[in-house]
Amino acid sequence: MADLRLMLPELILFAWAMMMLMYGVIRKNVGGNTMIYLAMLGVVITGFSIPMTGYGIAFGGTFFVDKVSVFFKMIFLGAAFFAAASSSSLLEKLKSDHGEYFTLILLSTVGMMFLISTNELITLYVALELTTIPLFVLAAYRKDSLQSSEAGLKYLILGAVSSAILLYGISMIYGLTGTTFINLAFGRLLEQSLGMLTLTQEVNMAFIIAMIMLIAGFGFKLALVPFHMWAPDVYEGAPTPVTSFLSVASKGAGVAAFARLFYSALPSFGEFYWGIMVGTLAAAAMIIGNITAVLQSNVKRMLAYSSIAHAGYLLIGFVSLPTTVNDTPFGPASIMFYMLAYLFANMGAFACAIAFEKNYGSYEIKDYQGLAKESPALALTFTIFLLSLAGIPPMVGFFAKYYIFLAGWPNYSWLVIVGILTSVISLYYYANIVKQMYFNRNETVLAKAHFDSPLVITLVLTVAGTILFGIFPESVIKFANNAFDAFPF
Amino acid sequence: MDFPILSVMIFTPLIGMLIVMLMNKEKTELIKYTSVAVSIIPLILSVMLWFGYDSSTAAMQFTERYEWIPTLSIQYFLGVDGLSVPMLFLTALLSTISLIVSFHIKIRVKEYFAFFLLLEAGMIGVFAALDFFLFYVFWEVMLVPMYFLIGIWGGPRKEYAAIKFFLYTLFGSIFMLVGILILYLNSSPHTLDMMELIAQGNQFAHSLQILVWVFFFLAFAIKVPIFPFHTWLPDAHVEAPTAVSIILAGVLLKMGTYGFLRISYPMLPHGTQYFAYPFAILGVIGIIYGALVSMAQKDLKKLVAYSSVSHMGYCVLGMAVFFINSNGQPHTTGLAGCIFQMFSHGLITGALFLLVGVLYDRAHTREIAAFGGLGAKLPLYTALMTVFAMASLGLPGMSGFVAEFMVFVGAFASPTYQVMTGIAVIGVVLTAAYILRMVQKMFLGEFNVKWAGLTEINGREILAVAPLLILTIALGVYPKPLVTMISATLENIVFMVSR
Repeated sequence: MADLRLMLPELILFAWAMMMLMYGVIRKNVGGNTMIYLAMLGVVITGFSIPMTGYGIAFGGTFFVDKVSVFFKMIFLGAAFFAAASSSSLLEKLKSDHGEYFTLILLSTVGMMFLISTNELITLYVALELTTIPLFVLAAYRKDSLQSSEAGLKYLILGAVSSAILLYGISMIYGLTGTTFINLAFGRLLEQSLGMLTLTQEVNMAFIIAMIMLIAGFGFKLALVPFHMWAPDVYEGAPTPVTSFLSVASKGAGVAAFARLFYSALPSFGEFYWGIMVGTLAAAAMIIGNITAVLQSNVKRMLAYSSIAHAGYLLIGFVSLPTTVNDTPFGPASIMFYMLAYLFANMGAFACAIAFEKNYGSYEIKDYQGLAKESPALALTFTIFLLSLAGIPPMVGFFAKYYIFLAGWPNYSWLVIVGILTSVISLYYYANIVKQMYFNRNETVLAKAHFDSPLVITLVLTVAGTILFGIFPESVIKFANNAFDAFPF
Repeated sequence: MDFPILSVMIFTPLIGMLIVMLMNKEKTELIKYTSVAVSIIPLILSVMLWFGYDSSTAAMQFTERYEWIPTLSIQYFLGVDGLSVPMLFLTALLSTISLIVSFHIKIRVKEYFAFFLLLEAGMIGVFAALDFFLFYVFWEVMLVPMYFLIGIWGGPRKEYAAIKFFLYTLFGSIFMLVGILILYLNSSPHTLDMMELIAQGNQFAHSLQILVWVFFFLAFAIKVPIFPFHTWLPDAHVEAPTAVSIILAGVLLKMGTYGFLRISYPMLPHGTQYFAYPFAILGVIGIIYGALVSMAQKDLKKLVAYSSVSHMGYCVLGMAVFFINSNGQPHTTGLAGCIFQMFSHGLITGALFLLVGVLYDRAHTREIAAFGGLGAKLPLYTALMTVFAMASLGLPGMSGFVAEFMVFVGAFASPTYQVMTGIAVIGVVLTAAYILRMVQKMFLGEFNVKWAGLTEINGREILAVAPLLILTIALGVYPKPLVTMISATLENIVFMVSR
């Protein structure tokens, strides 16, 4: 029972997802935003159950709850909450209020929650599949749209290939160490190397191949350059709330699992093996993501490329994991804080794009012209998110970048230099939207915008988060910094 | 607890901004008067600060210190010394004047005044912050309203000018951020408290100091602007509305020089000594280059803009000269000239931009050649313009002369810089050439009948320019109050740099 208690949030959310599916089947045409509020309620209940479970290890060490996993679970739930809340215009368009849409979002969230809480490679893989398979369906959810179907198919094929690569990497780690437990794998590898003074040539090669497989697999999931080709098409084609969920939650889950695996299983190999590989990927993601985003004329594609760049910034925190300042490991804490900032700013930015599309039927940046006059509130909100994504104080995105750079500087200063230079580029395309909204006056007058209430909730909460955590980040920083004290292994 | 005068100065405009944002946008008059009223509060407080400040010591005064993000040793730490008090006064004064000048704004009045008040809060914050992180936050916060102010209310090429300004300054300041990271990680105990970092200044490794100095140089040199980082300035100035030009020239450029004196100099003494000579050369190039380019300008506003490049060059030259003489006394004349120039350039150039705006509002052109003989038609305007033109070329009796004189005396005192000073003096002649040519073409000669309909400068505009006129002449005749204010602080800076 104690084991199940630790798993309580996952169980609640799973049960809620099933309940919503049943409810949708039994009561057709619920109408209005009932299903949306139901999904939001389920997420909130799950969120409240998390602090009640406490920390610990369960099921023979395969499942655990520590502060890091609690933090990331909150991020995933937040993303699910905002994605569900901004779905009403999509459902209106589809003339469907079935529960399956929300069931899929919630199930994917359950998968992410398992992903961050597991210490075993097979469970990790299963959780990853539980995360991504609902996302394939969600990407293709607009049955009437060719683009959406293309997105779903592309995502499915590339997702399957990357899972296979990842699984191959996992099997090689198992072959080398004889264990699927992440925390034990490191000890075994160390034993081998100490026993023979150095790693033998064969082990060495196999080990390197395994790492490359894992990095490539996660690289696909995170859409890192050069594994990013699927992302813009999928992001553009998928329904926008799904895109926002993909860009925040799925990215966060990928980074967290990636970091957890490499940091607990292969820590001291970082310096020699994966540090430079991941660092190069991070630099490529920041450079390509930001430069390509400049060229985009569609908001969703622009945000897709910018999210590739943000994954690059997250990886600065990742490669600098073992760095300590004041005896505090800043790497993990900075990743956690960056995810929080990214959650609010990116979900908010997508919610703004949804609100704009709902009212004016376009995702083209040039159509934003003169928005500030007709909908000053929407324009101001969008500006706040864009400034946060660009890293302008006092928005939360600035502090997140500062923290990531602080963690990265001691060992990866070149990466930080790439990061700051590309963030100047990023300002250009974020400011471009601001320019459209504020500087130019449109001759054809835009109608006054209307918002549905769940979307308003999303916008209000994300703006509040973006500003408040930007000005008062201390509580989160403190939690994130102490997170590793409670690491159970 | 004492009255938190600095916090009140920062937060009054912010609260004012919120009030303006909540107002009905149709009531433009009310918005305008409210904004001016709000901006007078920091002005009064800055005068109180000036008289309450004890100039016999270099120690920080009116300090306020609260924990902000203790995990990363970030504090909310404010305080002033002889360097920041004059700058705070200048900022508050020019803000109020700019708001009065902005009454002619017709479109999107509410947004304009809200952004302007946000800008004022940011500027005051920069000059009052003593925590490095806080300083950086204010430094960046200021860019956003500036971007909007140029981009919405600017001239024909406003979009280009706005993004160029934003990207240029961000490019510089992001390097400052890296410098901050490096200093934080290399200080022990880790700190972002500027006073603490200054105290540890001579312990940083020399190579590290040189690297960080270059990073800070990028941030501050773009702001000043020091040649060759000045290319954003003419664009921003020409496109910006009048009031924004006043703030740009009067306050934002001073942040660059302020940054050098507050941060680079005392924190990185070795870096400063290492780069002093090339620094002075850049200053001299700025003086000559700015003046030569000004001579070629056909647009009046562009002329004043390039003259800023030239005048800030004097600041840089004055700043580069510091040493402790054989009696153990710090040589601060050059630095004092620099600060005097910062203050006086804020007054004079602010007034010149204001007057250019007055003429532009009426004539809708700024082309120097289009005018002629305005002296007969607009005697009062001509008188004001001529007075400030003379102040700009350094006529004795005005503050500009005192500043330039101190810079030259200070620079000539060091044998290393004597040749450079000789070259820099040529700048004075060049300045006289372009200023006099401008005055002659516009106000003297035959009256161009096309401008028969021009109206004289009105009462509101005279009210705005009057304080600048009074201060320019007062400081030119009796510079002692400002010199007394800064001397102890400057001596301290020279001691810190010479460690």
